Amino acid sequence: MSCCAPGADGFAGGVQSLPSDDEVRFSARNLGDGVFQTELSVPAVHCGACIRSIEAGLGRLDGVEAARVNLSTRRVTVRWRGEALPPIVATLARLGYAPTVFDEPEGEKDRTLSELLVAVAVSGFAAGNIMLLSVSVWSGAEGATRDLFHWVSALIALPAMFFAGRIYYRSAWGALKHGRMNMDVPIAIGITMAYALSLYETIHSGPHAYFDASVTLLFFLLIGRSLDHVMRERARTAVKGLARLAPRGALVIGAGGARDYLALSEIEPGMRLLVAAGERIPVDAVVEAGLSDIDRSLVSGESAPQKVAEGDAIQAGTLNLTGPLTLAATARAEDSFLAEMLRMMEAAEGGRARYRRIADRVSAAYAPVVHLTALATFLGWMAATGGDWHRAVTVAIAVLIITCPCALGLAVPIVQVVAARRLFEHGIMVRDGGAMERLAEADVAVFDKTGTLTLGHPRLQNLQQIAPEALAAAAALAANSRHPLSQAVAVYDEGKGPVFEAVAERPGFGVEGRAEGSLWRLGRAEWARGDGASGEVADEGTVLSRDGAVLARLEFDDAIRPDAREALAELEDRLGPVEMLSGDTARACRRVADRLSIAHVEAGLMPADKVARIEALARQGRKVLMVGDGLNDAPALGAAHVSMAPATAADIGRNAADFVFLRDSLSAVPVALDVSRRAGRLVRQNVALAIVYNVFAVPVAILGYVTPLIAAVAMSTSSIIVIANALRLGRVRR
Amino acid sequence: MSMLIYLIPVALFLGALALLAFLWALRSGQYEDLDGAAERVLLDDEDEPQTPAKR
Repeated sequence: MSCCAPGADGFAGGVQSLPSDDEVRFSARNLGDGVFQTELSVPAVHCGACIRSIEAGLGRLDGVEAARVNLSTRRVTVRWRGEALPPIVATLARLGYAPTVFDEPEGEKDRTLSELLVAVAVSGFAAGNIMLLSVSVWSGAEGATRDLFHWVSALIALPAMFFAGRIYYRSAWGALKHGRMNMDVPIAIGITMAYALSLYETIHSGPHAYFDASVTLLFFLLIGRSLDHVMRERARTAVKGLARLAPRGALVIGAGGARDYLALSEIEPGMRLLVAAGERIPVDAVVEAGLSDIDRSLVSGESAPQKVAEGDAIQAGTLNLTGPLTLAATARAEDSFLAEMLRMMEAAEGGRARYRRIADRVSAAYAPVVHLTALATFLGWMAATGGDWHRAVTVAIAVLIITCPCALGLAVPIVQVVAARRLFEHGIMVRDGGAMERLAEADVAVFDKTGTLTLGHPRLQNLQQIAPEALAAAAALAANSRHPLSQAVAVYDEGKGPVFEAVAERPGFGVEGRAEGSLWRLGRAEWARGDGASGEVADEGTVLSRDGAVLARLEFDDAIRPDAREALAELEDRLGPVEMLSGDTARACRRVADRLSIAHVEAGLMPADKVARIEALARQGRKVLMVGDGLNDAPALGAAHVSMAPATAADIGRNAADFVFLRDSLSAVPVALDVSRRAGRLVRQNVALAIVYNVFAVPVAILGYVTPLIAAVAMSTSSIIVIANALRLGRVRR
Repeated sequence: MSMLIYLIPVALFLGALALLAFLWALRSGQYEDLDGAAERVLLDDEDEPQTPAKR
């Protein structure tokens, strides 16, 4: 990574495969006049220097007309001209910002946000102007002047009610139609009644009009709603921008040998596909020709790459590591392994579907109470005044306005926005506020092994037992290969090894090269020792050999994520028991579990077994936090009460997870727990504050002492108190 | 109270002006990248204003 600020290191990147030029070309949008626009996601961008190096680097390329980085969404938009695609991907990768392609239905982009912002602006304009007029009325304007002010207020408020209020009307109507209650129902009823009453008062030259209250209320609530939306949208686009594991399409070999890049949905069983080294397998297929190693870690949880040759079946989503493969597709994209996982996820939809957000639960109880109180007030005043309906309606509407749920409509989103911001600073993205509430409840943590507790790529383990010269030679040779084991060795390349010539990668075996008059091989033991090794027992290890003589034996294990031990200890302490469920072999699991001192381990699990285990825990009344990354974890992520995934996870897993953490360190899990619990405390405090406020304000309103002035003051004060309380989360406690 | 005849329209006009300015800023994409705008001010090179994105 080429950048400056701390925190840049450890962002997911590095090991991901780059999108091919075919894929980028395919996703480019034609703007006409031979100009194309390509949007790429660059998750590693995070500061001004990054903007400059990317824009300058891309701007220098031939054919590129303009390059613009968007730091908020971590994307770069490149406009280019001509037939051939400029080397955008290669340039970005060289600069240290590995790009990824993403899907996005056009036109849908943030229409909701624009609508909300316009609504905030209109209601803010109306609220400000009406408040100016209202202050004049409260300070003593009378007679014709007061009536004039009321009329002007009514005129200003009308478009605001229609334009800004329609968001609430729509939502409230949607809820009522389905026989449900949400926060928007009392809001919609409250502002409409207040407006209607005020209009009536104005027509009859009455002294009290509530135009300011209804529009100010709308303004405050819309701010809360916009914040909520911005937070969710931001997390969503950032998650979307990470590597997509299913390619958009594949190179198909036609009848006459012609090669075409077809979209994933157009690939039919029987088609012959060409998958280069370093690309993902698009659909379930059988190898027709070629020899390679396949990384299945995201699909099955197995940590060691697997050799494939002619006739082997491979699943969609696995990564082709070393050699080009010609495949015959056996299933369509929607029938492939990936889609099967999706179906399992739907079937396993667990505690999450049943969970209702605190705000929704409170509002379901709150709205009827408010309406009943207002109705009772109306009836009470009718009885007490002997049928003075005007007085009764006025007081009842004052009750509605006073009880309008500002605290819940504004303070809960603000707590969650501040909390999400906190999490974002720690490299954690959260799907929505409900996820934080669920995380705060979790009482057992379940981890996947490969890619979650470990980084999912191997590390040289027996460094001390290898002679320095042998290591230097192995590293120099390994630098020529993209096999994960080679890359783990190539880290130690300091340019001290011999200079190799005629280097060749032998898919399924290893890499070989000539230097100092000998043939050096790094790879599978029986291959590296040459053909004469037949008499011995099968040897699976990795060795470095020179003319068939073994120089060094290399042992690998999967690197454990930084801070994993501390994070797990903290979780055991504060959350509850920690378990490990893995699809890998019992031996590999045991090694990791021993190092992290995890007591409960289950190995060799199929995706359905993981779901079964989580459901068994749920039946015992436990709330499960599932942390996992693979395709095979996706159903389990969906079944758990709350779930987390690293950014390197399969995209289906990332979409299923409530939280996604961007950095390598596993300390993200306790951090998320801590922030969620504090946010949960603040939400409950705010609800309590709102109740206390109502305990004082409602009797005053019922007794008929509320004037527009008192309503405005009470409403603003309660809003400010709950917002101030929410902002306490802003202070970091570390 | 006759000054109200022109003072109220003046106040509303100024408010509406601010509203239009905000809507213009929104439409011309100035809220698309708030973090980026904060950083770009520190870049030395001649930075041309963003051409309105064709969406």
